[in-house]
Amino acid sequence: MNAPRKLKVATTSLAGCFGCHMSFLDIDERLLDLLEFIEFDRSPLTDIKHCGPCDIGIIEGGVCNADNVHVLREFRANCKVLIALGACAVNGGLPAQRNHLDLRDILAAVYVTEEGLAPGTQIPNDPELPLPLNQVHPIHEVVRVDYFLPGCPPSADAIWKFLTDLIAGRTPHLGHGLIQYD
Amino acid sequence: MSESSSFILDDQEIPFMPGQSVMQAALTAGVFIPHLCYHPEFRPHGSCKLCTVKINGRPATSCTTPAAAGMAVESNTPEILDKRRTLLQMLLVEGNHFCPSCEKSGFCMLQALGYELGVVAPRFSLLYPTRPVDASHPDVLLDFNRCILCELCIRASTEVDGKFVFALSGRGIKKHLVVNAESGKLADTNFSLADKAAQVCPVGVILPKRKGFAVPIGQRRFDAAPISAHVDEFKPVVSAQGERP
Repeated sequence: MNAPRKLKVATTSLAGCFGCHMSFLDIDERLLDLLEFIEFDRSPLTDIKHCGPCDIGIIEGGVCNADNVHVLREFRANCKVLIALGACAVNGGLPAQRNHLDLRDILAAVYVTEEGLAPGTQIPNDPELPLPLNQVHPIHEVVRVDYFLPGCPPSADAIWKFLTDLIAGRTPHLGHGLIQYD
Repeated sequence: MSESSSFILDDQEIPFMPGQSVMQAALTAGVFIPHLCYHPEFRPHGSCKLCTVKINGRPATSCTTPAAAGMAVESNTPEILDKRRTLLQMLLVEGNHFCPSCEKSGFCMLQALGYELGVVAPRFSLLYPTRPVDASHPDVLLDFNRCILCELCIRASTEVDGKFVFALSGRGIKKHLVVNAESGKLADTNFSLADKAAQVCPVGVILPKRKGFAVPIGQRRFDAAPISAHVDEFKPVVSAQGERP
């Protein structure tokens, strides 16, 4: 009899710091146990550039620019289950702390009025650069999200509990000590 | 107390003394009812609605409803827990509650209740209001981003300190905490770190300066045990005159 098909998992970091991915790697040797049940599609771990049909999509970070929106929609279109991993994906997190400021003022403060800039420095305008959004949004404001795992970052134990619950077909339940907002 | 009055809370018999609210009787009996604007040293306010229970089938705030013999009170039911979660989610999206940078994290009742009730998602769209902080006072920082309008600082400043430093202004979604000074700045009041009002904020609005993050993660108030296990800390206090708030 064939072994059960491995679940395909894709991960990405949008407006995040990769801290949630680092925390994911913090499950240490349990990653090997996990690989008995899953295989990675698009992820920083595989360097695959586009997401194919997947069972689980894990999104770190909120949505701060046009590229984030495209990547997030690609994940939603391809993943049966989409997970918001970490504070930024759940509620915008640190990048969203710019939301009460005017975007033009922020760019000007960094590239125009900041002291010590090289002569001729101006706000980057290369067509290859994704356009920043006026405000940073948590991902549930752009696509439907199936599960949320808060934390900055969620601990390795929280990620392990969450994924093992999900893979076993249980509704993920964190409980005290694993659910955290900071 | 000779009278042996009691009511039923989720199938448990809760004794009470005359004059006690449902909340006070439950807490005295060691049963935690989630709350934010209730404080054992102050008169109940009934505004956060988190302590809403069903009494004989009708919703009521347990902090303001006097206990009566024979009441049938529901608190820990899926329906009520779901409504409490919704209230917390609305509070979380109305302000800017960025826990990773908050000095109150680990001591915050809003956060601890989110953990207790399993709030993992904001559910609604975040409003990201613009609320500048007031760092004018030499000893105290005011971060209005986290205010949940419980009015505890207002009650403490008015009833205990006699200083009338805080008030609410505006209506509906525009309601906000203000400082009672012509400049609107805390430095232009007689507010002091020793005031009762400096010690009652359940969230991270009123913070002492130069003391941030003094307690390591893992040793903070709500790290080891969930807020419901801290029920003893919320039991009603009886003053020397035998009066209860």
